[in-house]
Amino acid sequence: MAQRASTTSKKSPQVSTQVSPPVVKDLHERMVRIRLFETEAGRLMEAGKLPGFLHLYVGQEAVAAGVMAALRDDDQITSTHRGHGHAVAKGVGFREMYSELYGRVTGACLGRGGSMHINDLTRGMLGANGIVGAGVPIAVGAAFAARYKGEDSVAVTFFGDGATNIGAFHEGANMAAILGLPVVFVCENNGYAEFTPQSGHMLLTDVADRAAAYGMPSVIVDGMDAIAVHRAATEAVERARAGAGPMMIEAKTYRYFDHQGVKGLRHPYRSDEEVAEWKSRDPVDLIEARAVADGSATRAELDDVWRRTREEIAEAIAYAEASPLPDPADLLLNVYSG
Amino acid sequence: MTTTTEASAVTPVVATRKLTYVKAFNEGLAQAMREDENVFVAGEDVAGYGGVFRMFDNLLDEFGPRRMIDTPISEAALVGLGVGAAARGLRPVVDLMFMDFIGVCLDQIVNQAAKMKYMFGGALSVPLTITTASGAGLGAAAQHSQSLEAWLAHVPGLKVVMPCDAYTAKGLTVSAIRDDNPVVVMLNKVLLGSAGEVPEEIYGIPLGRAHTARQGSDVTVIALGRMVGEALAAADELSAEGVEIEVIDPRTVQPLDTETMFASVRRTNRVLVVHEAVTFGGLGAEIAAQIQDTVFDYLDAPVLRIGAPFSPVPFSPVLEKAYVPDRARIAQGCRRLLERS
Repeated sequence: MAQRASTTSKKSPQVSTQVSPPVVKDLHERMVRIRLFETEAGRLMEAGKLPGFLHLYVGQEAVAAGVMAALRDDDQITSTHRGHGHAVAKGVGFREMYSELYGRVTGACLGRGGSMHINDLTRGMLGANGIVGAGVPIAVGAAFAARYKGEDSVAVTFFGDGATNIGAFHEGANMAAILGLPVVFVCENNGYAEFTPQSGHMLLTDVADRAAAYGMPSVIVDGMDAIAVHRAATEAVERARAGAGPMMIEAKTYRYFDHQGVKGLRHPYRSDEEVAEWKSRDPVDLIEARAVADGSATRAELDDVWRRTREEIAEAIAYAEASPLPDPADLLLNVYSG
Repeated sequence: MTTTTEASAVTPVVATRKLTYVKAFNEGLAQAMREDENVFVAGEDVAGYGGVFRMFDNLLDEFGPRRMIDTPISEAALVGLGVGAAARGLRPVVDLMFMDFIGVCLDQIVNQAAKMKYMFGGALSVPLTITTASGAGLGAAAQHSQSLEAWLAHVPGLKVVMPCDAYTAKGLTVSAIRDDNPVVVMLNKVLLGSAGEVPEEIYGIPLGRAHTARQGSDVTVIALGRMVGEALAAADELSAEGVEIEVIDPRTVQPLDTETMFASVRRTNRVLVVHEAVTFGGLGAEIAAQIQDTVFDYLDAPVLRIGAPFSPVPFSPVLEKAYVPDRARIAQGCRRLLERS
């Protein structure tokens, strides 16, 4: 069993090393895609164009990018209510995602699921989930299926710090461990369960401590550092793929926007100073500084990623807005199979 | 005995021997596993022990630990395992032992298994079978004796079947496994040892089709699960009094075959609905409402419901016997219906 690395420090000034330029560029592009998708979605929500709820991922991009860059298309993920970043990083298209946010029939769920249920089976995206912690046992089942069928794909389940207080997390972790399944548990510890700080919902400092209860190795990484996340994820995924069972990664990260929407006004649950401190180590800025410093990419190349992504997003939003709404006559479509 | 319903015509197989309810279930499951490599079983003590009700006897010997999986006592993770595996193309059978235990995994059943197809825009199916034992009668008290079909039948996306005898235990189990939706198979604990004629070959019983267990002209009795047998016994008693009741076994309570019920009501003009579950908020209320919506003009009396009183299931045998509806209460209910005109 691997020892838990003691690498946690949200203030770590160093960005990790030992990844190749193509990987740095890949991580960067995944993060820019998330950042722009989310900031535009927030803008659309503020403009009153989107129905329902919107749980934005901005600030946590390094986690989704770092993990997903370690996965293949046939590897499966289960996501959370804050799932857009995972979907984007796993390769789900902007068109179907924006269309779903708009409730259009061209959306990823034909307008039946909305933000919290975006999925794409062709990309191994087994869905965002509106129930905290519920995706954990489902990922265990996906991993079970892979082994049953003799495939070497793995399953990754994303969850927040708050989700580790729910039974489904504990049952799923124990089930994966006892069955020795290829599951990677990724805790995105952003410090808050909705509006409650971690200190208000558990007595632990490190969620990773919970892995030990299930005989599962774990590692803590700086969740603002995509390269650090990527290295940990690569190790965990390779380990799982090789049949060594589950592992947990705790990524210490931060949510720039509120639990829901862009800026909540009713409950001042965290200080502006705290937000500013985390933003000073912005994960996208960090990867760009690293890329330029070590020659992985030029500034012009990085800027080109932003430009191309902006264009793609503008086109996708236009596509969504021009797309038809679902026909109420088809309300009962897909309640049952067959 | 004049009409043959569509549902009763779907059972062409000729039985050749008797088998107990639990062995019929076991045989159907084993045959479904032989039929489809993607079928596996997971649950507490299902493999090594064969299940606390012997439902899974000998399956480990034939199918091995790859397809018969003993799990921790973790119902949420167990059902979640089934949901994830089903989403990836397998056909899991997960066993919840006692139906009462669904309380600890209702999220995975209701919010995940039942809704995934719809919420995901039809991108996948969840061909999950959940087996469990329901019902009172073993002195198992309030946490091991409930009939919670109304909870599940209320959830769009789920199917729920309630086998009343060995023949339906096998056929409905096979159909549940073959079905592309999450299906809960509610086996009845009291019936486990009861024997009936069961064909040796594999067969399915169509889900969502009621069966007319006995034809009659005076009262329609719609009976769920174990109450079918009680209703048939009541029918014998009433027949001696010159009253012929028609007994309808929905077999599947979600989806519910109301057409067969409506057709019967049009013939008999009187209806009694009987189930083990408490009467309040039970399926009897739904069935009564649908009958009144559609065939009110054919009714010569209000629809009568018989179920359990609004109480947890008691332990002491004398109390438990008073709690669960039986043939005497069904017969009495039919007499009451006939007294009204």
